[in-house]
Amino acid sequence: MPSMPDVMGARASGPHHERARAPRSRGFLRRLGAIITKEVRQLGRDRLTFAMMFGLPIMQLLLFGYAIDTDPHRLPTAVVAADQSQITRTILSALANTGYMRFTHQPRSEAEANELLQSGQVQFVVTIPSDFTRRLVRGERAQVLIDADATDPMAAANPLAAAKPAIEQALARDLVGPLSPLRNAADSVDVVLQRRYNPEGKSNLNVVPGLLAVILTQTMVMMTALAVTRERERGTMENLLAMPVRPLEVMVGKIAPYIAIGAVQVTVILLVSWLLFGVGVQGSFMLFCLGTALFITANLAIGFTISTVTQNQLQAMQASVFLLLPSILLSGFMFPFRGMPVWAQWIGEILPATHFMRIVRGLMLKGAGFPSISTELAALVAILLVVSTLAISRYRVTLD
Amino acid sequence: MTLAIDVHDLVKRYGARTVVDHVNLAVEQGRICGFLGPNGSGKTTTLRMICGLLTPDGGGGTCLGYDLVREREAIKRQTGYMTQRFGLYEDLTIRENLEFVGRVYGLDRLKQRIDGSLERLELTTRQHQLAGSLSGGWKQRLALAACVLHEPRLLLLDEPTAGVDPKARRAFWDEIHAYAAQGITVLVSTHYMDEAERCHEIAYIAYGELMARGTAQEIIKASGLIAFVASGPGADRLAVRLRDAPGVTAAAAFGTTLHVCGPEREALLKAIEPYRADSAIKWEEAEPTLEDIFIHLMGKARDNAIDA
Repeated sequence: MPSMPDVMGARASGPHHERARAPRSRGFLRRLGAIITKEVRQLGRDRLTFAMMFGLPIMQLLLFGYAIDTDPHRLPTAVVAADQSQITRTILSALANTGYMRFTHQPRSEAEANELLQSGQVQFVVTIPSDFTRRLVRGERAQVLIDADATDPMAAANPLAAAKPAIEQALARDLVGPLSPLRNAADSVDVVLQRRYNPEGKSNLNVVPGLLAVILTQTMVMMTALAVTRERERGTMENLLAMPVRPLEVMVGKIAPYIAIGAVQVTVILLVSWLLFGVGVQGSFMLFCLGTALFITANLAIGFTISTVTQNQLQAMQASVFLLLPSILLSGFMFPFRGMPVWAQWIGEILPATHFMRIVRGLMLKGAGFPSISTELAALVAILLVVSTLAISRYRVTLD
Repeated sequence: MTLAIDVHDLVKRYGARTVVDHVNLAVEQGRICGFLGPNGSGKTTTLRMICGLLTPDGGGGTCLGYDLVREREAIKRQTGYMTQRFGLYEDLTIRENLEFVGRVYGLDRLKQRIDGSLERLELTTRQHQLAGSLSGGWKQRLALAACVLHEPRLLLLDEPTAGVDPKARRAFWDEIHAYAAQGITVLVSTHYMDEAERCHEIAYIAYGELMARGTAQEIIKASGLIAFVASGPGADRLAVRLRDAPGVTAAAAFGTTLHVCGPEREALLKAIEPYRADSAIKWEEAEPTLEDIFIHLMGKARDNAIDA
């Protein structure tokens, strides 16, 4: 670069150039300042974006700080106690004292208990056979059965690990006085743990249904939100509104192509998860299609509603992220749903992803039937109705 | 005589600001009405109210015989509205845009209509090009073609030729006249005086208020403005000095000549008196131009607005 020193030298020589140099550096700061001022002013005008910039980190802080618990306690548990004795009471209170289990249901039959587990109303079923105490007194081996819903391995691991030592300790401590001869029998109590639906505790089995929900939320909400906002941003909305089209026609017309895209996405995810992880749909495929269709439509309606509130594509994008984040964190996808505080669970309940995830887990991992997932389907329908009403009422045929 | 547009006392407010203030407008069928007025005077808002895009806060009337508020759908079906900003899809081809518009209106013989439309536009060879790749003038002609595809009885054009070169503008206006000859009523907003003169009649709106109405000649006659043209060396330089003189509403240089006008002959003569001594500059009384009148009206409207 021979020209560089030349130029520098030429500039440095002579008072003329000396004088020109100082204003130049001030000019740099002035121009930089001008651009910064302009940028800050524009940011301030875009109030929604501004709110998001503060809202998102606060939301993440709250979610990660308070809502998420990777070691959930007080999980709902059903007890099938066909045998009631001092010893069985000791065992049950030992389990409750671990803090992981909270006895919520007392089903009368094993079938009823299975139904509770399959529909996700309980995380564990503790079964004590009717001949438990008798066998123990006779000095025979007796079994306590703990069935766990292991679709989410994270929620099942710690409680199961804590159960056996807790029972053994309690028996050793409580079998005193007239019961002390039974102390030896404590060794003959077998705690049988069963990880149902996901016996190997593989997390990828659990992740596939969750990913399905998250990917669909992400693309469906964002795509529709952008599709409608784009019309407004590019100025084509005015032209569209001047033509004889009805709000419902615009809404359905905009949404329909994305339903097809959603269907393709679902097919791809299902195929890949079947090929790679061996996870297929165990339950009714028709129910799976019904749940998926409801979920996709609900997401599209949400996207459409977002587009009626936002002014430009950037805002629409941010609003979609604002929805996506809780859908990942509060739906039970990343962290156990039951580990969250009640307020977070309520937020989770109004997200379509939560219900869809339960449906898909039920159908893919548990082989659930219609009765077990009917509440979740109903919840999706309710969300869809509320959001669609909101979307149509907010959509304007005029520019008012 | 049938009125295509007959609206009265139209009012539109945004918060405390009245954008359109009791505007009356009647346009006969088959006429081209030029809609003029300064920026922000309420032209676009009025057009949007007429085509049903905005709900008036007061007043009402009929458009093509349909009620402005209650029969919006019927009005939309028979009206073509061309937005100020290019309102078609830049990421669709020319043909796809026309197809979309045709389908929304539910037109029969769609292919035939589009072929005809493309031929008239001389865009047949470029029909598969993206609309976004067209130049400004062509975009406007395409937008107009899309507006008339459903054979509307009324055309509302919002500054259709802004930023378009003179040749394309002339072609555009030839098309507008051809549509008017078929009986289509046209309400077109513009800032160009030569375009105003190509209209059958003019409506001038300023600060939300209708200030003048009629043919170009009628408006000039009714204005009562007096104008003088000065020519000669340095005549154009006098504009600065005369502009603020009492009795002068406007003084502007046009090339080497000077154009001065005012509402009263005596006052105007008195204002130019000091400069008439220069024998090199020739003063002649002339007919005021539309532009003179509009600038005058704009000043008057601003005074009204301040008084109110």
